[in-house]
Amino acid sequence: MSLVLTHARYQFLETIRIPVAVIGTMFFPAASMIFFVVPAVGDNAAAATFATGSMVVFATSTSCLFNYGIGVSEDRAQPWDPFVRTLPAGSFPRFAGRILNGTGFLVLSFLPVLVVAAVATEATATAPQILLGIGALLAGAVPFTLMGLTIGYLLPSKAALAVAQLLFFPLAFGGGLMSAPGRAPGWVEPISPYLPTRGTAELLWSAVGDRTPDTLAVSMLGAWTVVLAVVATFAYRRDEGRRYS
Amino acid sequence: MPPLARAIDVSRRYGDVLALDRVSLDVNPGEIVGLLGPNGAGKSTLLNLLAGLRRPTSGKAELFGGDPRDPSRRRRLGVTPQETGLPSTLRVAECVQFVAKHFADPVPTKELLDRFGLCEVAGRQTGGLSGGQKRRLAVALAFVGRPRLVLLDEPTTGLDVTARRALWDAIREFPGKDSAVLLTSHYLEEIAALAGRVVVLGSGRVLADDTVASVRDLVALRRVSMLAAEIPQLSGVVAQQRQDGRVELMTADSDSLVRQLVSSGAAFSELEIHAASLEEAFLTLTSATKSSEQ
Repeated sequence: MSLVLTHARYQFLETIRIPVAVIGTMFFPAASMIFFVVPAVGDNAAAATFATGSMVVFATSTSCLFNYGIGVSEDRAQPWDPFVRTLPAGSFPRFAGRILNGTGFLVLSFLPVLVVAAVATEATATAPQILLGIGALLAGAVPFTLMGLTIGYLLPSKAALAVAQLLFFPLAFGGGLMSAPGRAPGWVEPISPYLPTRGTAELLWSAVGDRTPDTLAVSMLGAWTVVLAVVATFAYRRDEGRRYS
Repeated sequence: MPPLARAIDVSRRYGDVLALDRVSLDVNPGEIVGLLGPNGAGKSTLLNLLAGLRRPTSGKAELFGGDPRDPSRRRRLGVTPQETGLPSTLRVAECVQFVAKHFADPVPTKELLDRFGLCEVAGRQTGGLSGGQKRRLAVALAFVGRPRLVLLDEPTTGLDVTARRALWDAIREFPGKDSAVLLTSHYLEEIAALAGRVVVLGSGRVLADDTVASVRDLVALRRVSMLAAEIPQLSGVVAQQRQDGRVELMTADSDSLVRQLVSSGAAFSELEIHAASLEEAFLTLTSATKSSEQ
């Protein structure tokens, strides 16, 4: 266990010292809050709470896609990775450390969103609601973690960057994160339950607001999780086979 | 004492390429063994098999009497990363501490940095180090866990003479009577400075496994070339070929060859004698081994 923490800690140090990574992680979700949510619905408690939830999901999905997608594919290209493999530890601590580190960055990505929500909007949530929200988010982050890992293990780093950039915005917009629940533009509403962003948002909205999660969106989230788990396992094994067999 | 590492009739194939072809090798306690060979000879592949990074296609790789892919077998193994692969944002001391966490009784960071002359840059990110400093850090990382076997892949490639000698000293100091170093190089000079025993690899096969002195004789070939229509049978010729009307002879003793040539009375002109490069020597050795088997 202590080796997992060691790996997580040094991976965290490696990433946090690259200013662009920190800005990308912490600045953009918070900026979206300040420029879009605060002026539009900042003074409406219920709307601001839902919008904060949406931005947290946006931050989470984006952070997972970029952190795992690009992080993993870059590491695969570095000779440091095989060196670490020769240490007497096996591959588990490095992988588990990566998940721990990715989850840390995920939290870093939405903390500023919460701060902006608390300071500049009427958004409210009770302590139990926040706890429930964290649970919903951790469950809802799993498919995005798997999606990031799939990209990272399947693609070289330039392609991984391109794919992550192609995916993050359509996922957020198509999932209805840029509008209040049920108020997305006409063509978005019918497709949004089929995207994992919507399922996670439904869980989070229901945790912190007066809402029952949409059954279709939540079932699809489950389906995404299962499918992406299979694909990510395939990608991981393929990479292991190529580099270490 | 049993060997620290063994390759037993090991072959390794990458797709269509046979990187190692039935290689057998024991690394015994107290030795510094040099693996000498041109690029593509299979040196790195052999190290990867012994470090547990790759699996042999056939045959067996053993580390401390077990499978190198079992992490517990690697507790007394030290390996160098390629210096290009050091995590650029980690500080020098952090790299050492990270590796140290994997071992039960690591060398204290300060002591290790001191030994490799890295104390002054302990707080610097590895991305800001000079090539020589990176190389020294990479080699130092192999010694963190008080290894009994150290695998060094091209430890001083790209270093200037002073840096190379300093690193050689650090490596030479290491092996006690129960530990060993296996290092690769394509410079005979480097292997001669460090190793007592040389294993010559060419095209994935062991061409020679001997003392530095005998291998030096083996690879210290000269290329004697001349314009000649016909030349008689001469002794001491390792390889012979004709190119653009010139006859090229590879030999270990060019003096004797020229004497034979002159006394044979054969007509020749434009005689030239060059020391063969290590690459040429390897090519000759490789083809000589192959043709002698046929």
